[in-house]
Amino acid sequence: MNFQIVMLLGQDGLTNGAIYALLALSILLVFTVTRILLIPQGEFVAFAALTMAAMQGGTPVRLGWLLLALAAAAMVMDIHATWRRDGRPAVRRGSVLGVGYAAALTVLTTLVPLGDAGVAVQALVTMALIVPLGLALYRVFYQPIAAAHPLVLLIVSIAVHVVLVGVGLLMFGPEGARTEPFSDGGLRLGMVMLNSQTLWVVAVSLGLILGLYLFFERSLYGKALRAAAVNRLGAELVGISPELAGKASFALAALIGSLSGILIAPITTIYYDSGFIISLKGFVGAIIGGLASYPVAALGALLIGQAESFSTFWASSYKEVIVFTLILPVLVWRSLSHHGAEDEE
Amino acid sequence: MSAPLLEVSDLCVSYGKIEALSNASLRVGEGQIVTVIGPNGAGKTTLLSAIMGVLPSRGRIRFHGHDQQSPAIQDMVARGMSLVPEKRALFATMSVEDNLRLGGFRFHSRSRREQDAAMEGLYALFPRLKERRGQMAATLSGGERQMLALARALMGGPKLLMLDEPSLGLAPLIVREVFRIIAELRRKGVSILLIEQNAWAALRVADYAYVLELGRIAMEGPASELAHDPRVVAAYLGMAGKHQEMLAS
Ligand SMILES: Nc1ncnc2c1ncn2[C@@H]1O[C@H](COP(=O)(O)OP(=O)(O)OP(=O)(O)O)[C@@H](O)[C@H]1O
Ligand SMILES: [Mg+2]
Repeated sequence: MNFQIVMLLGQDGLTNGAIYALLALSILLVFTVTRILLIPQGEFVAFAALTMAAMQGGTPVRLGWLLLALAAAAMVMDIHATWRRDGRPAVRRGSVLGVGYAAALTVLTTLVPLGDAGVAVQALVTMALIVPLGLALYRVFYQPIAAAHPLVLLIVSIAVHVVLVGVGLLMFGPEGARTEPFSDGGLRLGMVMLNSQTLWVVAVSLGLILGLYLFFERSLYGKALRAAAVNRLGAELVGISPELAGKASFALAALIGSLSGILIAPITTIYYDSGFIISLKGFVGAIIGGLASYPVAALGALLIGQAESFSTFWASSYKEVIVFTLILPVLVWRSLSHHGAEDEE
Repeated sequence: MSAPLLEVSDLCVSYGKIEALSNASLRVGEGQIVTVIGPNGAGKTTLLSAIMGVLPSRGRIRFHGHDQQSPAIQDMVARGMSLVPEKRALFATMSVEDNLRLGGFRFHSRSRREQDAAMEGLYALFPRLKERRGQMAATLSGGERQMLALARALMGGPKLLMLDEPSLGLAPLIVREVFRIIAELRRKGVSILLIEQNAWAALRVADYAYVLELGRIAMEGPASELAHDPRVVAAYLGMAGKHQEMLAS
């Protein structure tokens, strides 16, 4: 094993690790705000990658239909909710807008060929499909049971994941797909050749992390989302709606997931069910962070990326085993150093 | 006479099969301070939680012209009701300043300048919090935390402020300060529904008072009258205890 190989593996590990870090942050965000373990996080990744590939390959983009179906379901549920509350059914403007948006986007993506539109436009359309998908998933599957025990939320999460994978097979077929790299060439640093996609991944991840940091530290809405995670009752008492916080965290998770999918699609062949194993590595990162600390979660995820990359070299058939076995010492260490008592409430 | 700001009729709350509040009725007039006193476990916290919509309830709650059954917290906040809960529910890992800013979240469309002005107004009332503005809420002293909870509730610009034992665990000097602030708030037109263990101080500052026992309103009347009612004096103002001590010595 020489320097060249180390650098190559390190670069691979960094690229994947950056993606896992994004997913770890997203899983953490959703968990702290809603107590939901977002198992379907990976579907955002896979759906984004496959939607990009469909656009580029000129095959039909079907994701709009899923969004439309969920938006329609959300509308029916909203009508039902107002009916139960006020004694008469009423249509909220928001749900009409949602259905209209989904319909417009479905028409656009089915009728307009986007194969030559360029990566930037394709990426924007993909995110425009997936971010509202996150929101709709929360509204339809999680909001009605928001107060349930975390175990129930977990079971629902698993169910949603399984259903989405099935729908993914219907929409994208069983073949894997890979997209074109964003740009050609790379950057030479001394002896090391940095792949251009690595640079894209690292730059976009850093930009996104910085953006999230500013959002949560500087803006009132970001603070409100943090507040909903820190103290649910306190947040409700100052008028932060837990439904809105839940929807916002899901929309952010979908944004992060779709960006990750768009970034990873030129590097790895993605299948309709590839999302799970990818987000599982982000999840391991989040566990290393104790489902509480953002920086530790991100570092943990970067570590997973490296472990994976180097184990591919040494024992490639045991790659996944090695990566997921890594979680054991961390869990042992965590349970030994855990102080038990949480604060009030 | 105009309708009261808050009118609660026949409110019932159950925890499972246990009824913690039975047919409680009370009113808070515009600009009034009303207090509810009672022994531990009487259902005082339950009462405030149900009025705010934190707990589901049966019975009518009429607030600021809206009649509702088992209201939603959001609606109550939007109409100008504010609760300082027994457990305070501060944002522990956030700074004092962030806690206050979030207290005004229902005015989130206001400009930054207006929000800052509201905050300066509060810092004038609580200079101690201004000194500590950058500190994390979890690291505040008990008294400072009470102040922060009160200040955060005030950032919402409430018409009705509900306080669950605001003087709990405070040194006598700070208790006086809290009651001074309560009186000052009334002068500014805020109506207050106050729960207190310190019945003596509560009855002195309040206009009207209710005694809650075993989930039922056992007595009510103008605070100054209740303060001299022999049963209240015996049970809550501790004079009977002192009297017996004197006899014993
Ligand atoms: N979540 C709950 N589940 C079951 N019982 C409860 C619950 N919360 C309160 N109770 C019971 O309801 C009764 C009223 O409680 P509440 O907290 O309203 O009393 P309180 O008057 O505020 O007492 P304190 O002065 O000690 O604060 C108590 O007997 C209490 O044990
Ligand atoms: Mg209480």
